Amino acid sequence: MNAIQNRHDFVLFFDVENGNPNGDPDAGNMPRVDPETGYGIVTDVCLKRKVRNFVDLNPPKVQESDGAAYHIYVKEKAILNQQHDLAYKALSLDPAKDKIKAGDVDLARTWMCKNFYDVRTFGAVMSTGTNCGQVRGPVQIAFAKSCHPVVPREVSITRMAVTTEKEADAQKGDNRTMGNKFIIPYALYRVHGFVSAPLAQRTGFSQKDLNLFWDALCNLFEHDRSASRGEMAARKLFVFTHAEALGNAPAHTLFERISVQRAGDASQPPREFTDYTITVDRQNMPAGVSLEEKL
Amino acid sequence: MYGVRLKIFGDYACFTRQALKGERMSGSIPTPSAVRGILEAIAWKPAIAWQVDAVHVMKPVRFTNIRRNELGGKIPVRSIHDVMKKGGSLATFIESDRQQRASLVLADVEYYVEAHFVLTDRAGPGDSPGKYLDIFTRRLRKGQVYHRPYLGCREFPAFVAPAEHIPASPLADSPEGNRDLGWMLYDLDYRNGYAPMFFRAKLEKGVMRVPAPDSPEVRR
Repeated sequence: MNAIQNRHDFVLFFDVENGNPNGDPDAGNMPRVDPETGYGIVTDVCLKRKVRNFVDLNPPKVQESDGAAYHIYVKEKAILNQQHDLAYKALSLDPAKDKIKAGDVDLARTWMCKNFYDVRTFGAVMSTGTNCGQVRGPVQIAFAKSCHPVVPREVSITRMAVTTEKEADAQKGDNRTMGNKFIIPYALYRVHGFVSAPLAQRTGFSQKDLNLFWDALCNLFEHDRSASRGEMAARKLFVFTHAEALGNAPAHTLFERISVQRAGDASQPPREFTDYTITVDRQNMPAGVSLEEKL
Repeated sequence: MYGVRLKIFGDYACFTRQALKGERMSGSIPTPSAVRGILEAIAWKPAIAWQVDAVHVMKPVRFTNIRRNELGGKIPVRSIHDVMKKGGSLATFIESDRQQRASLVLADVEYYVEAHFVLTDRAGPGDSPGKYLDIFTRRLRKGQVYHRPYLGCREFPAFVAPAEHIPASPLADSPEGNRDLGWMLYDLDYRNGYAPMFFRAKLEKGVMRVPAPDSPEVRR
């Protein structure tokens, strides 16, 4: 399968309404906030998890000519409804007792890239004891940051049941428990990412893989509904494509072309996507760089 | 010796200290090896070896804490081989191998770096320093990278720009810009079983000078 030939830099906007986009384990699952600025954060691994889940749920049809499969190596149990054979379980628990030859690692690496979409996209670490079986993926995602400071709200909720009989006895049959969840009333997040063509050549990340990745970003939250997430949606995806594999312009100068302003009454807190205007400076684009709005 | 100068900046950075890598804690200044990685992301060939000469710290050192759900295990090559041979499925389940790990990372960093490269014994007859210097400066000017450079970890992208002139560090007169940073990782000795090398790092007027790899200041 032919690897992509062009470098890409991308900007994704997504928003949340009355939900928790990414809980902070250090803060009782409160939405992540930069404590110094009050801006909301969504981590790279959170977004990569959703890309994996999307591909696992929507694997493309594999044709003979592809030469690559779309399995996902790092899975989340919650969405897994495939059978996985017991043989695998036994194998994975087996400690690597045998010496592995250096050539075997290369074979294994190639096989993993060919079979697993997430390995050839994001990379993976394979241990051999000497720890040299690393795959660096072509796709690199940074932290997402909200476009304004966010104020998470703690919402108390009641449940009209209790878990244990002991609790029921203590409440004399009242059987109520209080819980809480965190929400961000509204926030628009912006995230930057990079696709390296030279690294794609090493893992065999193809144009079909890239199209699937853009598809995953555009539909990132369509299959990730839950009580905690509220309403999340990918809003805009801007992709800068460079004519050359190494690129034709510095990434930061391209990202600066996309800016976000408040629309409407800026004295009021933003509550919906229309409270923002995203503007794109298409003037004097660097030679060899094209900009495409995928969403 | 052919020197280069460049500006390196980004929103976050994590130059993990060796002793504190379970729950990562960043050092306050990039290590020479992290800077070397950034230079190599722009241009590198086996014919050249990058050496960092100085790191100028242009913003106050600020830390922030991030805890993430991370995967505990690595992929066992042995089970890959078993599946390659016998078939079956291969996967790892994040929920059963989850580690919540905190990272104390740097926020909002900007550095100016002075570095040079030397030709290695793998340089061929057609290799001249001028050629690689041209390649590097051309790529830097055009914003070309082999892969996106990063500030310690790949989720913290680094942006780079040419720097003709290096301004004085705003930390030059503060205690923060004039302090002993203790023993810092210099680089790994790849010819010697990945052995770590250390040096005594100091900030003077906001600048960390880096000794040459063969100097007695670098301990192996």
